[in-house]
Amino acid sequence: MATIELVIKPRKGWQPFGFREAFLYRELLAFLIWRDIKIRYRQTLLGGLWSILQPLAGTLIFVLVFNRWAGIHSDGPPYSLFAFVGLAPWTFFSNSVSNSSNSLITSQQLVSRVYFPRIFIPLGTIGALLLDLTLSLSVLGCLMIYYHWALSAKVLLLPIFIVGTVMAAAGVGFAFSALNVLFRDIKYMVPFLLQMGMFVTPVIYPVRYIPLRWQTLFGLNPMSGMVLGFRYCLLGSPVYWPLILTSLLMCLIFFFAGLMLFRRIERFFADVI
Amino acid sequence: MSNVIEVRNLSKQYRIGGVKARNETFREFLATALKRPLRSFSSSKNYAHDQYFWALREINFDVAEGEVVGIVGRNGAGKSTLLKIISRITDPTDGYIKVRGRLASLLEVGTGFHPELTGRENIFLNGAILGMSRAEILSKFDEIVGFSEIEQFLDTPVKRYSSGMYIRLAFSVAAHLNPEILVVDEVLAVGDMAFQKKCLGKMNDVSRSGRTVLFVSHNISAIEHLCQRGIVLLQGKLAFSGTAKDAVQYYAHRAMGGAEDGASGNYVDLSQAAGRWAQSRPLLRRLEFCPEDGKSLKAGVRIGAPLTIRVHFTLPAPTSSFDIGLGFENLLGQRVFTAHSAFEPIRGHNEIAGPQVFVCEIPSLTLVPGEYVLRVWMDIGQVEVDKIDNAARFQVIPSDYYGTGKSPWNGIFVLKHHWYLADPEENSAVAPEALPAIEPPLG
Repeated sequence: MATIELVIKPRKGWQPFGFREAFLYRELLAFLIWRDIKIRYRQTLLGGLWSILQPLAGTLIFVLVFNRWAGIHSDGPPYSLFAFVGLAPWTFFSNSVSNSSNSLITSQQLVSRVYFPRIFIPLGTIGALLLDLTLSLSVLGCLMIYYHWALSAKVLLLPIFIVGTVMAAAGVGFAFSALNVLFRDIKYMVPFLLQMGMFVTPVIYPVRYIPLRWQTLFGLNPMSGMVLGFRYCLLGSPVYWPLILTSLLMCLIFFFAGLMLFRRIERFFADVI
Repeated sequence: MSNVIEVRNLSKQYRIGGVKARNETFREFLATALKRPLRSFSSSKNYAHDQYFWALREINFDVAEGEVVGIVGRNGAGKSTLLKIISRITDPTDGYIKVRGRLASLLEVGTGFHPELTGRENIFLNGAILGMSRAEILSKFDEIVGFSEIEQFLDTPVKRYSSGMYIRLAFSVAAHLNPEILVVDEVLAVGDMAFQKKCLGKMNDVSRSGRTVLFVSHNISAIEHLCQRGIVLLQGKLAFSGTAKDAVQYYAHRAMGGAEDGASGNYVDLSQAAGRWAQSRPLLRRLEFCPEDGKSLKAGVRIGAPLTIRVHFTLPAPTSSFDIGLGFENLLGQRVFTAHSAFEPIRGHNEIAGPQVFVCEIPSLTLVPGEYVLRVWMDIGQVEVDKIDNAARFQVIPSDYYGTGKSPWNGIFVLKHHWYLADPEENSAVAPEALPAIEPPLG
């Protein structure tokens, strides 16, 4: 084995992303994801069913409250399909942000006792939630069969939006988890921000409710474009491409900005946590 | 041999009060961040008025390949900070460390154990966190389980384990780490006696396997036993570096107590003694040593020589129910002998409040050569009212105690004893256990 020489010295300012090191430790990331999945539903009766029940129950409530009582209608498909496809990426995003924001402070022992790329802590929680996203997409498959709604070739574009959603969630998660180490205020801010976020994201309403000239601006919320993209790929909903492209760009910006901020604050973690 | 660890001018500064002192609140942080964007996380120059504390100051040392180095120091001397920097958990403030080779550090056993996971699952998780690959863990799995002695509970969540089982499993994973350089912090004091012995044995194997080990412990006998080299840290500075034996001696002598400053000649002023506990006010004032022939205590006390210790103290109220105790401890922290005035059958009592002197006469001090720490305390009505842990320190030096020119050096104390060959005609008239024996050496 080649001898690795490592120089430990004070780090100042912005840091490189450390992709190489992350690659060296990739097995550990897999273990952390595996741990999160293993422990999430330990000692529950329904176990993994919870990850399906959450979006299903959400959809049911949305159908009752927004569709039946408030009279909000979809942009084509049955409202329950419409709501479910919006909820799937949003639930993933929202759970990812809230879990990863607290991930560092709940792993205090790891941070102050052992070295590995810190980024794996928020990344691991997000990775584990990808399983939930997969499960809810398979439930969607069942719903689509039930409603006789056919998939088109547009589904091939879905991976782009999944990656975009993961990047947006990771970027926000990186930034919040790191800031949470310095200021626990974040812990109280996140649930509130996520609640607000759902209303500025077209999860329960179709995007046609937004005037067209505001739509590109609307795309500054990366999740707007992702939710619309999910609907486009799975249900064939109409899209306004400038919005989608703005959002995709925002996903990249969120991801790298979050990563940079995380790398910048990282060196204080063990001393401050 | 080449150096695998090079530590140069290593310093680490902490801000007292942590982040609070920097940005009192989130509000204030936002205010600074808005005023000077991008500078809010930058260096400490802007906060020069804050309280700082150097946990480490300009540390320099090298560790050669295959060396087992012990690091000793009191609490707060910077040992853990040093290990944290070497393990890359925290950054140094200044200086650097060069590490050549795969390094694994064990600052604690069971890091990353999750209570909800089973023993089996935790072996994999903990192994991965400590830097083992999946293949490595798989190949050592049986060995780890065997060492931990918890086979039956492998599929039980560790939250249902007893604390002993938990620690055994945690140590077993750690013990099977196989890095080129191992950094260990006080992980030996775990488990029951039998398991501790096993752990020490394992550490012994590791230290003999040609691996480079950096080992921090309060257990100086373990350091002396396991390490070749020793480093003493004193208030964040490197105070001594040499053989493990010398380092332990130095540590015991310099670092442990405030005794060396007060001991001028045969008097030890106790008024400023460090490591004192007093119920209300300090009553013990001074120790006066009277070795044989009016010699100086600094010259050391010969084995078997008489030693008189006069304890000067203040009696706060007239009473006859007061006692003085003297505890003799060796460098391993073992109490080897206790002299207590309550052991004296006939003693005169001076029931006058105020300064008094209690004299303890030891006709023959039969301790093995070495350094001893004296602990002194005072009881009134059988309640401890004043005590000093490291009141004084003295040396017992070799002498011809047995009259053969051979000086005893190991064991704890010396005892007059006789050897003779039994008359071949008689069949062992004296049972062997009737003869006094010298204690076997420690460790």
